[in-house]
Amino acid sequence: MQDLGTVASALLALSLVAAAIAVSRYQRLDLERDIATAVVRSFIQLTAIGYAIDLIFGLENLGYVILLLAGMTAFASWTSAARGEGVARAFPISVAAIGTAAATTLGVLLLLQVVPPTARYLIPLGGMVIGNSMNTASLTLGRIRDDVKAHRLSIEAALALGATSRQAVSPILKTALRSAMTPLIDGTKTTGIIFLPGAMAGMIIGGADPLEAVRLQIVVLYMLLGSVSIAAILVGLLSYRCFFTPRHQLRTAPPES
Amino acid sequence: MRISDIRYTVAQAEILKGVTAMIGEGEVFSIVGPSGAGKSTLLRTINRLAEPTAGEIFLDGTPTREINPLELRRRVGMVFQLPALFGETVADAVLYGLRLVGRSTDVKRLLELVGLDAALASRDPQSLSVGQQQRASIARALALEPEVLLMDEPTSALDRAAQQRIEDLIGDLGAQLNLTIVIVSHALDQVERLADRVLLLVSGRLEGEWSKEDFFSGKVGEQAQQFIAGEL
Repeated sequence: MQDLGTVASALLALSLVAAAIAVSRYQRLDLERDIATAVVRSFIQLTAIGYAIDLIFGLENLGYVILLLAGMTAFASWTSAARGEGVARAFPISVAAIGTAAATTLGVLLLLQVVPPTARYLIPLGGMVIGNSMNTASLTLGRIRDDVKAHRLSIEAALALGATSRQAVSPILKTALRSAMTPLIDGTKTTGIIFLPGAMAGMIIGGADPLEAVRLQIVVLYMLLGSVSIAAILVGLLSYRCFFTPRHQLRTAPPES
Repeated sequence: MRISDIRYTVAQAEILKGVTAMIGEGEVFSIVGPSGAGKSTLLRTINRLAEPTAGEIFLDGTPTREINPLELRRRVGMVFQLPALFGETVADAVLYGLRLVGRSTDVKRLLELVGLDAALASRDPQSLSVGQQQRASIARALALEPEVLLMDEPTSALDRAAQQRIEDLIGDLGAQLNLTIVIVSHALDQVERLADRVLLLVSGRLEGEWSKEDFFSGKVGEQAQQFIAGEL
């Protein structure tokens, strides 16, 4: 029961949430419900995953690790697909993008023996890869959908000059990929100066050697850069097609002038 | 060019209900009708930016369905209501279509052809007036040396002076390049100045096709008379 007590002690940090609620009330932001949902969900989800990881650590079977990561990928894809509403096949596109990003980056780390093939490494690293890829996939999907809608005229002008769908949409793909990847690139550039990344902060607080924490953090950053790029590019290349017919026509008809 | 019983249905709405027409080489062919009649859609089925649900369009006797859409669009150019130029310079914008197939041409000659100062070639397209941009977009379509030029309300976003200059240009192009021009316009005075033949669409249905002289002389049906009188 001691670990339950540890978890409960985290609840003391709840007093800080009061500040958020106070601001919301004071400024009438109407965010109290959202904050409450976020607090309750994060508590339940983190506690549950804590027990799940603990259980899997005990099982010492890589199959369960893969199963857990697959489940996380499915949930992340579902979240992304919801953000990409209006894009046909948003869910399979997200699964392909997030799944490939996670499998490739974790695979490379294992292959190069940067991290050992144990649940202790694979689950937290996998979670970071999947989470970041999910954010990128959501941003890219939403951006492409909105930009295709906003730039119909330019797209059709390009098509009318004999451009393929891919050529016509390429400026939009570029902007979408750029805006999805920039936050992480900027974060990576300023890391260590402006903020200590989560994994490293956690390890230092947990009593690990700061240099070992740095080593792992560098692995994490490069892994995230790789996975986010893979997710963004796959989402871009897979999703633009659903706005066009095979005959290089934009799908939805414009309003009659 | 022959348009044969073209139908276009989207989301159960029948936008075009069987339109047939003959468009002669070197002709300025005008599509008119009340708003929502399907004029733009008809134009877009010609270069297959919109895929007809049924019917056939023949270009030099070949069904356009059998021509690669990318090649078709190089042979049938299009100018839109708004110019939508892309690229860093006017030259980039004008050469866009040609560069897609790895070709280039003399931009200055093209700019002069549409009545623009050749010195504009190195300018940012967005720094031009809308009228100048529209002329650059015509140059961009002409760069591919199309057989047919589709124009969708090309002057409706322009002021009167710019409108006049584009109209003069359209008249000149027809004569100089023996270019077949299909133009959608809602301004009947413009149709009267430019067109050789006129096709009237009402609610997606073909009401008739006339020479300009017949159309404006009143030798037309009741619907057309009502349309000319502005009652549709």
